[in-house]
Amino acid sequence: MMESLILRTGVRLLLPLMLLFSIFILWRGHNEPGGGFVGGLICAVGFALHAIAFGVKAMRDMLRIDPRTILGTGLLVGITPGFLGALSDEPYMTAQWLGALGTPVLFDIGVYLVVVGAILAMVQTLMAEGED
Amino acid sequence: MTPWLTAAPILVPMLTAALCVAAWKYPVAQRVLSLLGSLILLVIGGILGRGVMEQGVQVAQMGAWAAPFGITLVVDPLSAVMVFISAVMGFCVALHALGDIDPVRERGGYHVVFQMLMTGVCGAFVTGDLFNMYVWFEVMLISSFVLLSLGGVREQIDAAVKYVCINMVATACLLLAVALLYGVTGTLNMADLSLRVPDVPSQPVISAIAVLFIIAFGMKAALFPFFFWLPATYHTPAVSVQAIFAGLLTKVGVYALIRVFTLIFTGDTAWTHGILMWMAGITMIVGVLGSLAARDLHRAWSWQVVAHIGSMVMGLAISTPLALAAAAFYMVHDIVVKTNLFLGAGLVRRLAGGSTDYKYLGGLFKTAPWLCLLLFVPLGSLAGFPPLSGFWGKLLLVRAGLEAEQYVMVGVLLLTGLLTIWLVGRVWAEMVWKAPAEPPAEPVQPLSAARSYVLILPLLLLSLITVAIGVNPERLMNAAGQVGDSLHDNTAYVEAVLGGSPGRPTLLGAAEVSP
Repeated sequence: MMESLILRTGVRLLLPLMLLFSIFILWRGHNEPGGGFVGGLICAVGFALHAIAFGVKAMRDMLRIDPRTILGTGLLVGITPGFLGALSDEPYMTAQWLGALGTPVLFDIGVYLVVVGAILAMVQTLMAEGED
Repeated sequence: MTPWLTAAPILVPMLTAALCVAAWKYPVAQRVLSLLGSLILLVIGGILGRGVMEQGVQVAQMGAWAAPFGITLVVDPLSAVMVFISAVMGFCVALHALGDIDPVRERGGYHVVFQMLMTGVCGAFVTGDLFNMYVWFEVMLISSFVLLSLGGVREQIDAAVKYVCINMVATACLLLAVALLYGVTGTLNMADLSLRVPDVPSQPVISAIAVLFIIAFGMKAALFPFFFWLPATYHTPAVSVQAIFAGLLTKVGVYALIRVFTLIFTGDTAWTHGILMWMAGITMIVGVLGSLAARDLHRAWSWQVVAHIGSMVMGLAISTPLALAAAAFYMVHDIVVKTNLFLGAGLVRRLAGGSTDYKYLGGLFKTAPWLCLLLFVPLGSLAGFPPLSGFWGKLLLVRAGLEAEQYVMVGVLLLTGLLTIWLVGRVWAEMVWKAPAEPPAEPVQPLSAARSYVLILPLLLLSLITVAIGVNPERLMNAAGQVGDSLHDNTAYVEAVLGGSPGRPTLLGAAEVSP
């Protein structure tokens, strides 16, 4: 934790911006450079900055959900849409579309959640050890 | 047979792992999930194996992207046999882990990582794409890093550092080899590669890439001169982890060698298979000598893992249909026996008070007569006593060697067998006939009845498999014969993947998208 007023004020402004930007990157990845992995990294960096400025406990309180739960949910969200291909007798991971809405974006959201969960679990473990 | 069944060996452990993460706070739920997932994988492995043996090579194009553009999953007889036997090991070890893994390791996510390891192993067996195989190797390695260091004992961390370092080098080599091969041929689908590699104008480049593959997979399979990391690491983690490592990880390296050197690099066999022959011979001798020099049960078995890798690669190096069948037979036998030996050594360690150093062993027949009789099965099979499975494996290899007139290699194999009998005799003398050490290394912790049943049951299952293969080797020999034939003549594999179309797909997009 850093007792820096500049950092704390900066993070308060930056965190919502970074979260929005990460979702924008996630969405953009549908057709252009971007995607779940980069988006997840940006989101995780936002929370990690918060942890550096206000401490791990503050981050955990704000997050409310255990990062490992986010990771697990992300894995399930990433894996399960692939099974929808079975409905139309196609192999695993075949993209299914309802108009412009398709399963690839669900896979990307899964990746996003896995990356956020994994990075935050690491940040939490490493920083908690540093503070003890 | 649907493409779903072909993909199931990857999907089942992956889903199990995901569900285990979701149940992170509930270790009991994780145990049930892990055991259930392993059981389902076992059933699927059985159905898939039967289907492949009866109906031939099974193919699934992931995401309906046609080969060679998408990722193809292929289950040929070798893959089917490997998936099935891995699933059997996965189930036995998952069962043993219920009694073996302590709460600290369980809270650290043992079950999750174990299932991810199984995902990686099965993925490597099932994939038909070289880069995808690299990815599955990574999945397997990252899981094995975690399993190796889980628990955080000082010597574990020491071993994990060595293991990570050597595997990073091996992985870099593999990636380099894959990249070079892609640069030369423009494809990474293994069936497509087998058609394109002979047409590459500069064959010396192909030979050089082949050597890079030997180095990369040789490190993972623990072949001479890249084996030194194995005896330095395998004795440190929890017993269940040791058993699955010893049973499966090095064999994935051997599988990859067999796949690549029967399907892709078949042009300059005098060079590539000659190198493999030398490596196999020296690996056998060095491995068995190392096991004789060790003064600790776990270390002796680690060296034995190395020694018998040599036997399998010898089968690959000879490369006749019989030799390849012998390698497959030997691999199945060895996976069962090595897993069993490591599980057994773990139990012996519990009874001897936390150490398997020879000086603390002794009097096992007095303390645990049934365990002693049970351990005789894998020990006898390791030594190659008829009618246990090891005898048939050696017999097939010797016959294949004699038919191919590789008399020196047959001599080396038999010498290794003889020295292994010596080792087994010594272990028996130290473990059973000697008086136990007074006092033991640490006070012996008594086990509850239920827990000791859970610990013993996998040993019993594995010993039964060894006896079953030994008494009735015909089933496995037929399967191995099919493996040998399909590896020797790979047209069925290539046709199943590429659809056997006369005008084969090109990078410019002449491929027809399969319905």
